[in-house]
Formats: sequence, C-alpha cells, structure tokens
Amino acid sequence: MLDYTKKEKYDRTALRVNPAKTCQPVGAMYAALGVHECMPHSHGSQGCCAFHRMFLTRHFKDPAMASTSSFTEGASVFGGGSNLKTAAKNIFDIYNPKIIAVHTTCLSETIGDDLNAFIQDIDIPEGKYMVHTNTPSYKGSHITGFSNMVASFISYLSVSSGNKNGKAVLMPGFVNPGDMRELKRLATALGVSYTMLPDTSGVLDSPMTGKFEMYPKGGTTVEEIIALGNSELTLAFGKFASEAGAETLKKKCGVPYNLLPIPIGISRTDEYIIALQAFSKTEVPYDIEEERGQLVDILIDIHPYTYNKKVAIFGDPDTVLGITEFVLEMGMIPKYVLTGTPGDAFVSAAEALFTKFGVDGCIAKAGGDLYELHQWIKEDGIDLIIGGTHGKHIARAEDIPFIRAGFPIIDRYIHSYMPLVGYKGGMRLAEMITNALMDRQDRDALEEDFEMVM
Amino acid sequence: MSVLENVLDQYSSRVYKNRKEHMVDVNNNENNNQIAANVRTIPGIITQRGCCYAGCKGVVLGPIKDALQIVHGPIGCSYYAWGTRRHKGKTEEGVDNYLQYSFSTDMQEPDIVFGGEKKLKKAIAEAVDLFHPSTIFICSTCPVGLIGDDIHAVAKAAEKEYGIKCIAYSCEGYKGVSQSAGHHIANNQIMRYVIGEGDREIKSKFAVNILGEYNIGGDGWETERILKRIGYEVVSTFTGDSSIEDLKNAHKANLSLVQCHRSINYIAEMIEERYGIPWMKVNFIGVQGTIETLRNIAKYFNDEELTAKTEVVIADEIGLIADDMAYYKSKLKGKTAAIYVGGSRAHHYQFLLHDLGVSTILAGYEFGHRDEYEGREVLPFIKPDADSKNIESITVEPDKEKYHLYLPEEEINKLKEEKLIDYYGGMIKDMANGTYMVDDLNHFETEEFLKRLKPDIFFSGIKDKFVAQKSGILSRQLHSYDYSGPYSGFRGAVNFARDVTMGIYTPAWSFVKAPWKNTPVLEGTLGGE
Ligand code: SF4
Ligand code: SF4
Repeated sequence: MLDYTKKEKYDRTALRVNPAKTCQPVGAMYAALGVHECMPHSHGSQGCCAFHRMFLTRHFKDPAMASTSSFTEGASVFGGGSNLKTAAKNIFDIYNPKIIAVHTTCLSETIGDDLNAFIQDIDIPEGKYMVHTNTPSYKGSHITGFSNMVASFISYLSVSSGNKNGKAVLMPGFVNPGDMRELKRLATALGVSYTMLPDTSGVLDSPMTGKFEMYPKGGTTVEEIIALGNSELTLAFGKFASEAGAETLKKKCGVPYNLLPIPIGISRTDEYIIALQAFSKTEVPYDIEEERGQLVDILIDIHPYTYNKKVAIFGDPDTVLGITEFVLEMGMIPKYVLTGTPGDAFVSAAEALFTKFGVDGCIAKAGGDLYELHQWIKEDGIDLIIGGTHGKHIARAEDIPFIRAGFPIIDRYIHSYMPLVGYKGGMRLAEMITNALMDRQDRDALEEDFEMVM
Repeated sequence: MSVLENVLDQYSSRVYKNRKEHMVDVNNNENNNQIAANVRTIPGIITQRGCCYAGCKGVVLGPIKDALQIVHGPIGCSYYAWGTRRHKGKTEEGVDNYLQYSFSTDMQEPDIVFGGEKKLKKAIAEAVDLFHPSTIFICSTCPVGLIGDDIHAVAKAAEKEYGIKCIAYSCEGYKGVSQSAGHHIANNQIMRYVIGEGDREIKSKFAVNILGEYNIGGDGWETERILKRIGYEVVSTFTGDSSIEDLKNAHKANLSLVQCHRSINYIAEMIEERYGIPWMKVNFIGVQGTIETLRNIAKYFNDEELTAKTEVVIADEIGLIADDMAYYKSKLKGKTAAIYVGGSRAHHYQFLLHDLGVSTILAGYEFGHRDEYEGREVLPFIKPDADSKNIESITVEPDKEKYHLYLPEEEINKLKEEKLIDYYGGMIKDMANGTYMVDDLNHFETEEFLKRLKPDIFFSGIKDKFVAQKSGILSRQLHSYDYSGPYSGFRGAVNFARDVTMGIYTPAWSFVKAPWKNTPVLEGTLGGE
C-alpha cells in the first residue's frame, strides 16, 4: 500500500504523483450533459472521449453519451476541420440532438484547430445549434473545463431581449445531480423562479423505465439558455466552477451576479437562503428554518465525537472549501486541505477560514497531489480523510477512517443522488463523519471499554 | 428486411456503405463472412473504442508491477489509467510494485510551447530520487508527438546516467485506429529491450509463457494454478502480475500460450523467430475450452506422464465444480447473449456461455483485426492501409545462442499443419448460422440490435453497460468483470455462472414497470368506503 511514500519533505517540480485533478474535457462533457437534448462532442482522438465517458459512467452509474471526431494521424497533421464537419453531419443525422457542444482535447488544441471557423463552415440544420469551448488539458483541470463549457453556452446562445423575466439563474458548479435537486428545492421553497445551468439532474440520475433514452427528461433546454439574458440575477456557486459563466452572462446581457460559495454547511446555506430571500422578498418558510434547527441540534448532539478531530480534505476547490467550512463549524480541525486544481484563490479562501475559526497549524494547497497529502499525513497524523475514491489507498496505508465526498467516487454507489449542499446535505455529511469516527472508536475499543450506548 | 438491413437502413448512404462492411450475418451474407476490421471509426459516431495509448500503457504495460511508468503529457491520460483496469499484482519480496501509483509529467502550457523534454528529464530524476526504481517506462500522449519531444533520447540518457533500464513508448493516442496500435508498439519495445536478457534457471522442460493474460480479476492466477498442478513451469506471463525480471526470461520457455491473440500475437511470433519457441492459441475461459486447451498443450509436450497427469487434474477439477455448474446451467439454459468487447474475449466467452446452455446471438470486437474474426488464413489478404502502415513492424533474426527447439523440426511442422500451433482460427468458426458478427459495434447499433434481438444478457464495457440496463437488459462488464472474478479455468467458470445468474434473477427487474401503469385509473368510492 503506497509503500514507497516517505514522509521526508522533497520538492518536486516535474513529477506528478497520484494527481488530485484530471483534464479539462471531462468537465466540459459533464456540463454539456446538463443541457437537454445536447450531444457533447469531443474534438480529438477517440481515446479521450472513451476515457471521459468511462469516468463519468463510473461515478454516476448511468450512461454518459458523447461523440468524438476520431482523429487519426492524418487529422493530427492536416487539422481536424473535415473530421468535425463529417462528425456534425453524422451526429445530427443519427442521434438528432437539438445542440452539439464541442470541446477540444489537448490534441486539437496543440495543432491549433480554429473551432470558431470550423463551426461557421458547417451546415447546421434549421432549429439546431452547435457551440464550442476550448479545453486544453495543459491548463487548469476538469473544473476549468466545466467552467469553460458553461461560459460558452452563454456566450453562444444567451441574448437579452430587453424584457426581464423575473427569474434567477442558478449556476450550481461541478456538483452531483443530488445537489442540484437540493439547490432547486430550496429555491422553490423560497418562491424563487429560476433556470439552472447546467442541470444534470434527470440526466445522470435518470430512472429505470425499461427504455433507454438518449436524451433523458432532465437538463436545461436551449430555449432556457437563450432566455438567460432576460434574467434578473445570477446566483453562481463556487468561484472556480461558476464565476466565468456568471461573468460572461453579465458582460453579454448585463445580468448581475452574486458569487456565492457552494452551500455546504450551515453558514454557507444560510447565505444561500438569505440570497434567495432577498431575491423573492418572501419570508423563509418554517420548514426550512426547521431543517436548519435540526442540523444545529445534530451538531450539538454529536460534538463529543467530532470536536477537535483532525481531518484531511481533498478534491475540487469549491467543494473542498465547503466541506472545510462545515467541519470547522463542527469543531473539527481541517488539518490538510488540498486541491489538484491550480489557483491561489483556493489557498487564500482556505486560510481565511482557518483564521475565521481560529485554528492553527493547518495547511492548504492548490495544484497539489495525493502523494504530497500522504507525506503530510505521515508527518503528522489525522483522524479522518474526506475526498474521492483515490484517497482509499492512503486511508488503508495509514489506517485512517475515510469518507467519500466529491468527485470522482468510482467505488461506491448512490452518492450522486444524495446532496452535500443545504441543511439536508449537512445532515448527511454530519452523519457520515460521525459514524465513521464512532465506528472507529468501536473498532479500537478494548473489550472492557466496548459499550452498548455511546 | 433482415435484422442487419434494418439496422443499417437508418444510416445515410455513406455511413451505410462503410458500416455494412463491418457486419456479417453468419453464413448467410454475400461476402462469404468476410468482415472489415481495424479501420478508422467514422467521425461523429459514438464508438466504444479507445486509443493507442490505452492499448499500450493501459493494456500491455500497465500490469508490469516493477516498472515505474511515467506518462509524458497533460494529466488526464495518466489519471484515467490509474487503477481502473483491475490488473491485480501481488507484492513479492525483492520486487518493486508501483501498481498503486500514477506518475505523470502533468505538462503545462509552457511545456507545450517550448517543448517538454526538460520537464521529462527532471521528472525522471525526481522519480529516481524518490523511488529508486530498476526500470522506468515513458509513455507519450497526444501533444508530445506533435511538439516532437524525443522521448527515446531522453530514455537513453537516463539509462546511462542512472544505470537503470529506461524504455520509451511513442504511443500517442492518435496513432492507428484503436487500442490495437498501442499493443503493437508496446510489443515491439518489450521484444527489443526486455525479452532474452534474463538468465534465470528453468527447472522443468514443461516450461511455458502465458501471453496475452492480464490477470483481470485474478484470471492469470487461476490459470497458473491449474498449469502448475499439472506440472508446468510458468516462466513468464505477459503481462498480468508480471515483473521485468520474469519477462526477461521468456526466451527460456518451450512453448508460448497465447490467450489474447490481438494484443500479443506480435510478441508470440517474434519469440518464435528469434528463439525457436512456437506458440499455441489457448483459451482458459469456459470448462470445455479449458479442457481442450490443457489437452492440446499436453499433446505438444508429448510426454506420457504429463498427459496422464493432465487427465487426472481435469477429472478432479471437474468433479469439484460439477454440482455448481449443473445448478447454474439449470438456471441459465436457453438464455441468449450478445457480447461486445476487446479483441479476444468476445470469442472466448462464447465457450463459457455454451457450457451454461446460453447461446450467443451477436458478437463483436472493439479493436480486433480480420484474423480475430476470420482466422489467420486471411493474413495474406489483408491490405495494409495508411493507418496501419504508420505503426512500426519489426523483424527479428534467430538468436544464435538462445535459439532452441523443443521438438524436432518435422514434428513442429506436423503440428503446424494440424493447426495445433502457430494458428488461430478466429471467432467465425465457432459462431452458429444466423448469428451476427459486428466489428466496432457503436452505440447506435447496440441500441438497435438490442431492441431487435432482445438478448437476455449483454456483455460489454462500462460505457454501454447502463445503456443496456436502462432498456431492461442485464449487462455485465467483460473488461473488468464488474469487479468480480476470476472467470478463467474451472473455478472461474463457477464465479461467472454465479454472477450471471444473480444478475438475471435479481428481484428488482420485476419492479421496472410501476404497477399503476398497468391498472386502470382507480374507481374509488366516495368517503373511503
Ligand atoms: S490529457 Fe489530453 S490526451 Fe489525455 S485524456 Fe485528457 S484531453 Fe485526452
Ligand atoms: S481481451 Fe481484449 S480487452 Fe482484454 S486485453 Fe485482450 S484485447 Fe484487450
């Protein structure tokens, strides 16, 4: 089990070991799947598309459809224009999507394919659309790709007609369908009418009906994306995944935005509720207040098991920051907080949280990898690890309880249906954390200390 | 209209013409069962195929546990090949095991603009410092070939500088038309730089290599267990749970057993040419398949005691699984299956299904060549196209010192004539009339065939698994065995039978339709009476 990882510090500048991020296109593909009747299209060699579909399928346990330009050596030399042209024709012909959302791969980026020009050259059938985004894999991460795709949908499609429609735009960020449903439920509860972009609920958590649907019921419709320009306000969740989209909509159509943190934990959910309330000018319904009260009650009940427990959190920046704030609210110490996605904003946001809650000796790092996280853990141990599947080797090597939260989770089921956001998501996360710690306490207890009640 | 015509008819004429060549209505088609394979996927078609890199690093190199494998490129490729293929490997005393690590140069924009060689060199230096590996592999991904990084020169320099083995693989994803190109590239380099270097002492004359066995779900271990029971010595396995040390000694064996023909036949042939060791196409999937294979191997070694032991082991192993197999057969008999996977499994699994009374009505390969379908007799008639010409093909000469023949030449020739060695007959000969063989089966065709043929089970990969299941058909992954296994040999057959049976009989299937969908709107009475 990761036997070669030593705790001694070593500065690597070239070798990435056990990454905590992946490449842009998979994020773009995920975002595009959140648009109704959209075919995500990968412009490059077919291997990338296969990998990305494989990964999304493993995380969601649902079909992730996407087509590819299937480059071979020729296209890599002469450019992929004709591949894209053929691809577009075949896609509209065979799969009949409303819209094709093209993203590039490191191959087409390196040869410098001009997607704008290609698309202008293509005969797009009446009433159909084709958009693209650039997702070079040698920049950013899958979160960047997600963010780029959202921004591209807007810059291609959204227009403002001058008539406001009274709606809010919800940009959920790179979260699960279960989270998106929860964000929508809260908005509805507060009387806010909204459009969510992208919205993978109904697509990547689609029901069993006995019939495969290439385009399941869910997803933001193209008409809705066009109409985003008439919205009143954008609530964008997560700087890394959603700011670019919100900014694009503001620039293009003058829709102001409110950049919120992904609402994981109490205060962040409070912030969301307040934003919704400010938008709809309605009272917060009792149900929601009740949920909040339940969560607070739970946290007080469980504090003997969580207080001062040290935890390592890794994964995508917006999500990790959310979980970090929540564990701080629980009295835990987020000793190591790491994302593979580069960006100083992550570190400063994490450090601001450490300061806000007055905890010392915690480390935050962006653009890091799991090898380094493991080294830190070896150097100074912790009580719990929170992150995606790739943390399981560290958890086993160091014999530390591990709970799976974030992306990707490829070795467990059902997670993508269950929210982490909102008060309900907080309850779930608190349950997972407490149970993991209590299971551990039971497991380690001496026979004479092993008790029925805890 | 036939089922094939029905499916094809929905295509535009150009796609129709192309895809028609890839489909065979077995024994009823005009082309005399000839099939088009190993040619480009049509852009825009939702294919399940992967790329050259996946075939090289993912399939062939990935399982070699003591080679520290650095993927030179942006992060994604390395990330996706990290632990996702289930090639199991045991940690042994004195042999490194890097299977749980993912190494990459995580190229950034400046590396693309100014070249990535410097970063690669640095990455190697860091890997040596931190891990002290005896072997480093470098695999390149798409942009590396385009910007022209000379990974082979970097590898040479690293060998000198650190006194280790360092092998580079130019397996950029865009090469060839599928994973197949990558298998070939990996094979070439292993032949060039690994095989023949070892001097381990071989204890038995019944010494074999197992080629094209990647130990998914522990398959290789089960196969090895049976072979060892009979008295064979397994010199090396390419490449499941293998180490460079093992692979170096492959030239010492007296026979190479080829499980996955597509991914490894290059090595099998080159080993024969250079070292005189013939290869035999084997199949350890399925009870009857395994029995036949064991008897064929014994026939080659032509030793009375070995032959007798073979029969004893077969009888004993069958005895141990007979009741289980009979039970599962009673549950599965009469069911039908469709299989779309890889470059050999779509063939092998038909034997195991047959053992269970399940007939295969549709089968296809993701990256097979015509020989996997039609047999090696078509090799002289395969015209190389631009894509295959781009993949280097190396020729080897007999090695004066290490060349050895286990059997006299006439006997070898006799066995060749009998097609016992150096031959693979392909899938078609084992498929019944009126079944379908489809190359590079794509998403659209999968959907259409499933609708029309309504098999009880669809064996495939993760990307189409849930497509089948959403339409009400059980699907099991045959690349990764849905995280179960082993499926090879005698015990594996029972595991497989158990897994398929539980899939078919899972009660949840009966709930797919909500009950109120079938009942008329309630005729309620007022007041709840
Ligand atoms: S890093 Fe590049 S070549 Fe690799 S999977 Fe991602 S887009 Fe494809
Ligand atoms: S059976 Fe297929 S998937 Fe498996 S290694 Fe061989 S070629 Fe690859």
